[in-house]
Amino acid sequence: MIWSSFHEFILMHGYGGYVWGSFGLTALLMVLEFRQLRKINQSIFSENLPS
Amino acid sequence: MTGQLSTIEVMQTVFLRDLHLAIKQKTDTLGAVFFFALVASLFPLAIGSELLLLKQIAPGIIWVSALLASMLSMNRLYTNDFNDGTLEQLTLSACPLEFIVLAKILAHWTTTGFVLLLLSPILAIQFDLSPLAISTLMLTLLIGTPVLSFLGSIGAALSLGLQSAGALISLMILPLLIPILILGTLAVDAASTNMPFSVYLYLLLALSVLASFFGPLASAFALRIAQE
Amino acid sequence: MEYKNPTNPPIAQPINWFAFASPSRFYQLSQKIILLCWILFLITATAGLILGLLFAPTDAVQGDSYRIIYIHVPAAWMSMILYLAMAFWASIGLIFNARLAYRFAISIAPTGALMTFIALWTGALWGKPTWGTWWVWDARLTSELILLFLYIGYLSLYYSIHDERKAAKASSLLAIVGAVNVPIIYFSVKWWNTLHQGATITVSKAPSIEQTMLIALLLMTAAFWLYAFAVIFTRVNQRSLIDESHTDWVQQILRGRGQA
Repeated sequence: MIWSSFHEFILMHGYGGYVWGSFGLTALLMVLEFRQLRKINQSIFSENLPS
Repeated sequence: MTGQLSTIEVMQTVFLRDLHLAIKQKTDTLGAVFFFALVASLFPLAIGSELLLLKQIAPGIIWVSALLASMLSMNRLYTNDFNDGTLEQLTLSACPLEFIVLAKILAHWTTTGFVLLLLSPILAIQFDLSPLAISTLMLTLLIGTPVLSFLGSIGAALSLGLQSAGALISLMILPLLIPILILGTLAVDAASTNMPFSVYLYLLLALSVLASFFGPLASAFALRIAQE
Repeated sequence: MEYKNPTNPPIAQPINWFAFASPSRFYQLSQKIILLCWILFLITATAGLILGLLFAPTDAVQGDSYRIIYIHVPAAWMSMILYLAMAFWASIGLIFNARLAYRFAISIAPTGALMTFIALWTGALWGKPTWGTWWVWDARLTSELILLFLYIGYLSLYYSIHDERKAAKASSLLAIVGAVNVPIIYFSVKWWNTLHQGATITVSKAPSIEQTMLIALLLMTAAFWLYAFAVIFTRVNQRSLIDESHTDWVQQILRGRGQA
């Protein structure tokens, strides 16, 4: 591991905002997409079929 | 009246009819042209009247205005005929729909793209373009505006009968027109700085020929889908 | 090999390319694949992130901001591949009038658009620390932006038409027209970029890509592929269940909650 502390890992030598902004948004969008699919799945199996 | 009309005769009839209708319904036709002039005039108001700057961005402004005005006017290509049942008849006729579509597009271009072309030198003078630049601009518009009509017609056919079709056509087709925009403006820029520009014109011509072939084909296909 | 019956040798069965064109058969197969894809996605993503964020060394020139490529590059690749896949399935749908092919095309679009957006967003966040501006009008990023517009145009057309069949066919034609134009657009944008001498910087890969970086990048690429497969197959199956809710096989599944 190249990081000596968790604090250093988060800061990414000053680039933390950019790096975590990227990874964070991607993770968020993927989670949202997954949840949207889950919602549709639930509606299908509860017989409330969407149009 | 007995006897079949030949394809050319049908195309001629459709062309003249569309031309006639466009002239009668002046608001639709002239609307696009005035929009062109208006949008082009908005830019100096927004950016400032410094002629040196305006001269630089003039090709871009005029071309973008032409794109927007064309897309705006595309909706009327098939809508009126669709609403009064003529389109159905045209689709069912013995003459291939592709040729009829070609005739309609040419009529549309004559009342839109061609008029924009005629108006462009006036706008170009407002932006202080050199005579060579103006003639190059007109040449690029001559070769490029038919492409706007050919590709725009695909958009019009795909969005037949839909609400807010105008916005939809622009959204679908404008990305596809980016090469024409780039080539047209590069040509005029090159002419303004006394660089060779014929290569851009040849490429524009090539794209124009491709569009003239595939445009009616795709449009006819889309019209059949829309009228199922 | 000895034939039991010399006058009638066994004939090899021709491959039935349309075996899985039936939504019900595809559903059975893909439900298993989807689960596998999610599991593999989690494995490759975790491995890639650990390697890329914890073990790959800091770049000498760009510092730690280069780590964004672990997202940016796979997302950009996926955005382009998915558009081609979408156009491919659109063509299959139009040629063979296959419902499932249409369903594939429309299921790919949202994920493709998402990938394009991620590529643009991470591109901007990478550009700011590296070159000082949030956006550069270079050929790749500009083409990516145009690709996003193509996806949006496709989705807008599909959701504007109320008849599902008509919507599928019309948007498929648009996808094909778009795909054919993509090379033309890309080359004209590239030309535009070089001639306007705006961006002298090119979005290039991190120089001298080290082995840990490369492996992490490959793992993340695999992860994005698997994610896309899982999401898209799920969407296709959901559409099948919704559009064919009146059929026996769907009724069976709804009653049995997934049991065949």
